[in-house]
Amino acid sequence: MPPPKSDVLPIRSGDDVVRVRQATRARAIEIGLSLVDQTKIITAASELARNTLDYGGGGEVAIEVVQAGARRGVRLAFQDKGPGIPDIAKALTDHYTTGGGLGLGLGGAKRLSNEFHIESTPGVGTRVVIARWK
Amino acid sequence: MDRIPILKLGGALIVTIQVDMHDRLAMALEEDLTNRIVSTGARGVLIEISALEIVDSFIGRMLDNIAAISRVLDAETVVVGMRPAVAITLVELGLTLTGIKTALNVERGMALIQARLDEDGDLGNARATSEE
Amino acid sequence: MAIDGTQVLVRTVTDDEAAILESWLTLLKSGGSLQTGRIREVELQAQARTVFGQLRDALASGESDGHAASYEALRETLAEISRSRAIQGFTPTDTANFVFSLKEPIFTALNKASGTDLAALTAGTQTASRLLDGLGLHTMEVFQTSREEVIGRQSQEIAELSTPVVQLWDGILALPLIGTLDSARTGVVMENLLQAIVDEEAEIAIIDITGVPTVDTLVAQHLLKAIAAARLMGADCIISGIRPQIAQTMVHLGVELNVVSKATLADAFALALRRTGRTVVRRAAPAPITLDERR
Repeated sequence: MPPPKSDVLPIRSGDDVVRVRQATRARAIEIGLSLVDQTKIITAASELARNTLDYGGGGEVAIEVVQAGARRGVRLAFQDKGPGIPDIAKALTDHYTTGGGLGLGLGGAKRLSNEFHIESTPGVGTRVVIARWK
Repeated sequence: MDRIPILKLGGALIVTIQVDMHDRLAMALEEDLTNRIVSTGARGVLIEISALEIVDSFIGRMLDNIAAISRVLDAETVVVGMRPAVAITLVELGLTLTGIKTALNVERGMALIQARLDEDGDLGNARATSEE
Repeated sequence: MAIDGTQVLVRTVTDDEAAILESWLTLLKSGGSLQTGRIREVELQAQARTVFGQLRDALASGESDGHAASYEALRETLAEISRSRAIQGFTPTDTANFVFSLKEPIFTALNKASGTDLAALTAGTQTASRLLDGLGLHTMEVFQTSREEVIGRQSQEIAELSTPVVQLWDGILALPLIGTLDSARTGVVMENLLQAIVDEEAEIAIIDITGVPTVDTLVAQHLLKAIAAARLMGADCIISGIRPQIAQTMVHLGVELNVVSKATLADAFALALRRTGRTVVRRAAPAPITLDERR
């Protein structure tokens, strides 16, 4: 079996957010996600990329195609070296925001994904992993 | 920097979003539209988004802002042509854009704006609208 | 020096090929697969010959690890056989036995070939056991995967079949929901409805829940999401067919549906017509109903 494809993209500017969306779309189409599922994972990617940029001070994302049995999926791992999130449960509630946004980023991305993991250490950084399965 | 063109048609401003929106473009549109509403005295803003493959919370917020700003400036915003997949995703995301009027396509959207213009009698021939 | 089980096995399989194959075929024939009528004897024999031939060739490379490159062709053939059996509706036991029933003939042959050399017999048996177990598990894995694919496709088909969107009038759609609404099904329902709204350029969609047995908080949430999504696209929804018990349950559960709702589909349709600027008028007195019709 060929090794799973993995792209690592930097997230340093607003244009990078667009590039993350495009790369996510390419992978979603490659594994044959339905149009709605494609839209969901691309939107989740967009939310998290912007979080990484706005709150994490930039970082990177690894996008890969994953396989479990007959199912294929897209997995994205966002990583930043920002200030971290002191209270993850609070950050996940809707409309909670420290910036000027609507505060739907984390909770929204979680609802749009089949898998969602978050680890954060204040002062060290944050890592968010999401996946959408076919 | 490229900008999204704004067309004026009667008392309405029309915007068709054809590109993958990046954040600067969205912010520029918000600003341009605000200026144009004031300079033209437009009473309606129609934003056509059938080419948009995603609307995330940032673009959603931009649409919300435009609607709120135009309300303050006495104009009505109608968003038309949202794709089904985008609508489902927005609802899942938690954005229902309750402050924005919506319509299926440009024709229906223009009819909504026209109804408002007629109500105001801006065109001088206030046609009787049966309901709403 | 330790005796190489692979060597023993290779020698036995090559020397005793005809006897092993014949004995395997006999076992396969007496096994359950043929009785079910799902496969013909000729086909079963052809499959057995191919598999055995590929096993012999793979062994000839001196390798007894089923994952090795020399077993690629054999693994492919077994996968193919498993897939077709999964689709034809074979039981897992039948499918697994296809490979496992090869053990007995090979063990017999090993026994015969080794004579009194107990060490060679043990080594050969262990190697054969490990190899065939591995190949058997491989067929089971493919079998399982194929079954899952079949089930997945079927549930998708059921979901699609059970959610028709019908056009009542120009610009007015109805979605008669029947049965329990879970998340997966609601997803399909929602997509169908929204796509139909685009296709028919519908302004109003009536969601009729007469056929939905219960409306709990979750179902209500699903409905509200569909309605919110339709609104984003510029279409209004009306809910109809909330039965008395359901209305009671909803109130007791504290479920709120903040949408326009009507008791029957007919009421909802009348409202939809009115909203789109139409009225229904009776043009003449109703024709007298004959006794036959009344019955």
